[in-house]
Amino acid sequence: MAKTLLDKVWDAHTVTELPSGQTQLFIGLHLVHEVTSPQAFQMLRELKLPVLYPDRTVATVDHIIPTHTQVRPFDDEQAETMMREIERNCRDFGIRLFDRSTGNQGIVHVIGPELGLTQPGLTIACGDSHTSTHGAFGNVAFGIGTSQVRDVLASQCLAIKKPKLRRIEVGGTLPPGVYAKDVILHIIRMLGVKGGVGYAYEYAGAVLDRMSMEERMTVCNMSIEAGARCGYVNPDQTTYDYLGGRPLAPQQGAFERAVAWWQSMASEPGAGYDDVARLDGSSLSPVVTWGINPGQAIGVDESIPRADSFPADEREVAEDAYGYMDLRPGTPIAGTRIDVAFIGSCTNGRLSDLREAARVAKLGKVKSHVKAIVVPGSQEVARQAEAEGLDEVFRASGFEWRLPGCSMCLAMNPDKLVGRQVCASSSNRNFKGRQGSPSGRTLLMSPAMVAAAAIEGAVSDVRRILEGTGR
Amino acid sequence: MSALMKIQRVTGRPIPLRGNDIDTDRIIPARYLKAVTFDGLGQAAFFDERFDAQGNSKGHIMDDPKFLAKGPRVAIVNKNFGCGSSREHAPQALLRWGIKALIGESFADIFFGNCVALGIPCVTASEADVAALMQAVEADPGHDLTVDLEALSASYRNTSYAVQLPPGVRNQLLQGTWDGTRVLLDAGERIGQTAARLPYVRGFGN
Repeated sequence: MAKTLLDKVWDAHTVTELPSGQTQLFIGLHLVHEVTSPQAFQMLRELKLPVLYPDRTVATVDHIIPTHTQVRPFDDEQAETMMREIERNCRDFGIRLFDRSTGNQGIVHVIGPELGLTQPGLTIACGDSHTSTHGAFGNVAFGIGTSQVRDVLASQCLAIKKPKLRRIEVGGTLPPGVYAKDVILHIIRMLGVKGGVGYAYEYAGAVLDRMSMEERMTVCNMSIEAGARCGYVNPDQTTYDYLGGRPLAPQQGAFERAVAWWQSMASEPGAGYDDVARLDGSSLSPVVTWGINPGQAIGVDESIPRADSFPADEREVAEDAYGYMDLRPGTPIAGTRIDVAFIGSCTNGRLSDLREAARVAKLGKVKSHVKAIVVPGSQEVARQAEAEGLDEVFRASGFEWRLPGCSMCLAMNPDKLVGRQVCASSSNRNFKGRQGSPSGRTLLMSPAMVAAAAIEGAVSDVRRILEGTGR
Repeated sequence: MSALMKIQRVTGRPIPLRGNDIDTDRIIPARYLKAVTFDGLGQAAFFDERFDAQGNSKGHIMDDPKFLAKGPRVAIVNKNFGCGSSREHAPQALLRWGIKALIGESFADIFFGNCVALGIPCVTASEADVAALMQAVEADPGHDLTVDLEALSASYRNTSYAVQLPPGVRNQLLQGTWDGTRVLLDAGERIGQTAARLPYVRGFGN
C-alpha cells in the first residue's frame, strides 16, 4: 500500500509500541535553547542520568538574548543567569553549543537548516512550538514541553501518539506582493486555529513546489498556529540543492547516498489521507491579522468581519478581539495606524525575507512616529544581508539594524511593546500581551507588508507600493 | 522519575475559566519564563488577566472570594485550551496555583501532553455538559468537584457528567506510569537498535 512521508518516518523511528497506546519514537535531532531546558537538565542531574546521544543534540541561545548589544555580562541579571546555565549544562553533558563566539548563533529554527542539521526523513524535537518549521525539509518535527525535553535528553525518545494527516494543496501561482506568509495565514483563517488539533499537515501543490526552502519554512513554521503540531513538505530537488555543501549536511559520496534515502521517504502517489483541503493561490491577497489569534486574518483589501460572520464558537473571541484591539467591525484594515514595525523571527527572519522587505524599504522613509527594527534570524543571515548591503538600505530608510535573536516576537528580552502600541509584525502570534506589553497589539503580516506599513505609518497594500502607483 | 503515583480521582474546588482558544501566553506571560526553575510560577498564573500594571486585582474569578479555597482545585475550560507556545511553564503555573485536573471541551495537543507528563488529567466533556457544569459552579460555588478517572465522570452537587480521556493516557494515570523517562528507558537496547537502522545515524556510510 502506498505510504505517506509521515508513515515512513514514523515506522523507521518506532522503537516500540507502548502499553499507553503511544509510540516510543526515536528522535533523530534534538534542538535545545536556553528557556525550556534548564529544568530538564536539573532533573537529569537529580536522576543521575547522562544525555544518551549528545552528538544528536545541539544547542543555541535565542529567546532571551538582547539585540542591541550582546556584550557579556548582560544588563539583565536573569538573562545572564540563564546564559550561564545553558553554558554549564552543555559543558557538563557534552552538547555542542552554537553561541555567539561560533559565528553560527541564531534562532534555533534558523540555524538548524542553515547548518545542514535539518534534513529529510528525520524526527526532530525541540522545546519550542515552532519546531514545525523544520518540516519544510520533509521530516516530522514538533514542539515539546520541558518534561519531554528531559525524556529526550535521557532516552533520545518520546512517547507520542501518531497524528492524523491532512493534505493541503495550494494550486495556481501567487500574484506579485503575495508571499508564503500570506499563504499560511490564509490556511489558518480557512481551517481555523483549532482545525489542526490531532493532525499533521502535509503541504503540497504547484505553489509549494515552486517555493524556495525559506518560503516553505515560513509555511511549516505556523502549522502550530493552525493547531497542527507538525507540518511538512515532501523533499524534492529544491531541498537537496539547499542542503548540498552545508557544513553539517552529509558531504560528497555520503551526500548522494543521503539524497537517495531522502527521496525514498517522500509520500507516494495514491497514499491515503485522513482529509484533503485545497485552495487557489492565484486568488490570494496580502493578509493581515486584525484580532488576538492568527486565524483572525483578512486580506489587506477587506474590512474587519462582523461577529455574526463567524461560527458560533468563534464569536465570543471575535467580540473580545474588537475590544482588545480597539477595531470596529466593518472598518477596512488598511489605514490602521501603527507605532512599531518588527521584521524578524523564526517565521520571517531569513535572507529572502529581508531582501523582500528591503525592496519596499528603499521606496520610502519610516514615518517619524514609527519605531522600526530589523532583526536577522542568525549571525549567518546578518553576514549575508550585510554583504548585500541590506543593512544600509534599512538604515537609510529609518530602520534599526539589530543583532540576531527572537527579539520582539515574544519579548523575553529588552525588545517589547509599550502600553497599547500597535505593532506591524512579521512574527507568528498576535495573542494578547504576546509582544511584552499586557495591552500591546499585534498585526501579523509578511515582511514586505511590515516594511510598507513602516513607511506609510499605517497598514498599506504592498502591491500598490511595489507598483509605484498612488504614492 | 518520581515514585509511582496512581491518579484515580481528583477532588478539589472547581474554578470555571471561560473562553475558547486561551493560549499559553495568557496562562503564563513570557516574562515569567526568565528563570531556571519552575518555583513561584503559581502566583503568576494568568497574571495579566488578573492584575493591572500597578498590580491591583481586576476582580478575575481566580481572585474572587466566592471561589477561593485552600487545597486542590479543578479548572473547567472551553475549547482549544492551552494553544500556542509549548511552554510547560503553563501547566506548571496552574499546578502550583493548585489546579490538579482540568475538564474542558478540548485541549491543544502540546498542552495536553505536558499535563500528562505532570500527572494532571485533562478530561473532555460535551459542550452542553461543560456549559451546565460552569453554570452549576457559578450559581453555587464553594463545594468540591470530583473527577473520577475509573468511572470517567465528573460530579458536582449530586449531578454527574460523563467525561472522556484517551484509553492509553487513562491507563498511564490509573497505573501511575505517566512519568515518561522511566517508561522510555525500559526499552533499553531497542533504542540503540532503532538508531542503528537509520542511515543518517551512520552518517550515510556504505
